[in-house]
Amino acid sequence: MLKALVKLTLPALLLTSAGLQANQAGSTLETVKEKGFLSCGVNTGLPGFSSPDDKGKWSGMDVDFCRGLAAGVLGDANKVKYIPLTAKERFTALQSGEIDVLSRNTTWTLTRDASLGLNFAGVSYYDGQGFMVSKDLGVTSAKQLDGAAVCIQSGTTSELNLADYFRTNGMKYQPVVFDTSDGTAKGFDSGRCDVLTSDQSQLYALRLRLSNPGKAVVLPEVISKEPLGPLVRQGDDQWFNIVKWSLSVMINAEELGVTSANADKMRSSANPSIKRLLGVDGPKGKGMGLNDDWSYQVIKQVGNYSEVFETNVGEGSPLKIERGLNALWSQGGILYAPPVR
Amino acid sequence: MQKEMIEARTPPIMTVGALAWIKGNLFNTATNCLVTLVIAYGLFALIPPLIQWAFIEAVWTGESSADCTADGACWAFVNARLDQFIYGFYPPEHTWRVDIFFVQLAVVLAWLMIPAIPGKKYGLVYGLVAMPITSWIVLSGGMLGLTPVDTHDWGGLMVTLVLAMYGMLASLPIGVLLALGRRSEMPVVRTFCTVYIELWRGVPLITVLFMASVMLPLFVPEEIVFDKLIRAMIGMVMFQSAYMAEVVRGGLQAIPKGQQEACDSLGMGYWKSMLLVVLPQAVRMVIPGIVNTFIALFKDTSLVLIIGLFDLLSIVQAGLNDPVWLGTSTEGYIFAALVFWIFCFGMSRYSQSLENKRQEH
Repeated sequence: MLKALVKLTLPALLLTSAGLQANQAGSTLETVKEKGFLSCGVNTGLPGFSSPDDKGKWSGMDVDFCRGLAAGVLGDANKVKYIPLTAKERFTALQSGEIDVLSRNTTWTLTRDASLGLNFAGVSYYDGQGFMVSKDLGVTSAKQLDGAAVCIQSGTTSELNLADYFRTNGMKYQPVVFDTSDGTAKGFDSGRCDVLTSDQSQLYALRLRLSNPGKAVVLPEVISKEPLGPLVRQGDDQWFNIVKWSLSVMINAEELGVTSANADKMRSSANPSIKRLLGVDGPKGKGMGLNDDWSYQVIKQVGNYSEVFETNVGEGSPLKIERGLNALWSQGGILYAPPVR
Repeated sequence: MQKEMIEARTPPIMTVGALAWIKGNLFNTATNCLVTLVIAYGLFALIPPLIQWAFIEAVWTGESSADCTADGACWAFVNARLDQFIYGFYPPEHTWRVDIFFVQLAVVLAWLMIPAIPGKKYGLVYGLVAMPITSWIVLSGGMLGLTPVDTHDWGGLMVTLVLAMYGMLASLPIGVLLALGRRSEMPVVRTFCTVYIELWRGVPLITVLFMASVMLPLFVPEEIVFDKLIRAMIGMVMFQSAYMAEVVRGGLQAIPKGQQEACDSLGMGYWKSMLLVVLPQAVRMVIPGIVNTFIALFKDTSLVLIIGLFDLLSIVQAGLNDPVWLGTSTEGYIFAALVFWIFCFGMSRYSQSLENKRQEH
């Protein structure tokens, strides 16, 4: 019997030891370079931000940000290992070193920035809670929603924001609560509520799930601030800078009109800003421990902010989200990146 | 006077055949008439539209949900992603290894389940000892010239079956040991087993999975990264063994004390009497309970979606979030439910046939 016991437990022990991997401590940049790929925490599935296609290839805005980072650091946008994370485990995964960067539609708030031992490296998408109503209702503003039945996902910040908004405006509402965002769309579709509320980026995706997307409209009001951005661990300033500037380079590239298509031609541009952006001149990769052409690789392999936005959530995608707040500061939005010099 | 024999007449049509059955079972009292009519109307109202939706107007192939213009089901979604639902993100050029895993599992199950195939003892040893090892080698590679495939790339039905298989194979022996331990006369062993069983039965599986996925990495040094799938697997095995232990203990309690005493008088030791006399009877007695635990375990594997592992259900959910396939959630969930039902129903039918056989003897 003892032998049988050993026979039974041995495979279990073997399995356990096979699962143990040595994870090099030290600077994140060195770790990433040594293992040869970037571990990127993404959402398990959010339309336009991160989702696997039928070939298992991940795509979306959050995914493209990681691809850009990998292009800059390793010179190859495809050297990314995507770790799908749920909302509850995302911070632990970063804290414990399982991932190098968290790019998972995470709202930048004071608590998260101050008490988790993590740093937000910028804002990659300005989101905000909005409302979707049925066209038949004839409503043009959220202020007209007094007494409405509102479909909402339980346990989200949206639920709290909604209560705040209706209280401050002295209006009443009747919540119709679902546990998944898909449920809210189904509830709205079947007429159980007049209004559906969620983050605006998701409202557009939810609208596509309706049996007749044309009969619903998204109201212009945004009742909360949800700046989404990538996070890194505190205490590794070099890596923090790299992540921060990868994002800034994408935004600056849009501002200067550099795209993945014209990046090669732009290298010989006479504009000193473009030269600095593409690492032909100026600070290049020094000080961050990267190759001189790192920013060129980001733009060449992934593209500028506008390209990433339009292919994943904008005109080139089924979601068709407008730029809105996410337009450049010079075009009516608030997207603004410090200069490369 | 009648001189000839009257030919046998057919009985009145209301007393034999389908009509009689209907009259005797469906319309025998006023209440039954009413119930029958209501149910018949319900079926009539439900089934034709369902068939219309699921088959007649369904779209079977397409590139995106935009191709599903008809009112029917959009099976094109399931069709386009079937490979992913089965293999997850396993590299396409290596999916034959997953097929080997499936075939091995099917062969071993058939070996053990079909009475006509001889050598059950060897089948059992192979299934309990060799299969877990060979499956792991084939799936994760890194040996015998097989390219290593990270568990991170595993997904879909394959992960569901891997979790269920290892969970079942490990929880049954551990559960038996725990059950024996709880009935042991050695105080340390008994206390340990009792505390273990009560502790694990006292927490929900979700908590266990969260502990394994969220807390464990914080406790161990940063240099050690446990594989997430293995973490979840260990958590599930520990949890299910506690339940299994209680099921087996129920069987042990039902065995009359005389059996044990008879063994003692024959001079059998503890293990011999347990293995040859008590356990075979006890385990046979609680087959329904064991299968019940297995079915629960099989369905519980889908809980790993809350820790970001892609089992069958969560890979379907991930597919639903592909912008190209928005609006196909009903079809996706029906597919997942159907697969789970087929497996669970199969298990429950098999346990029923085992029980029937036991009663015949």
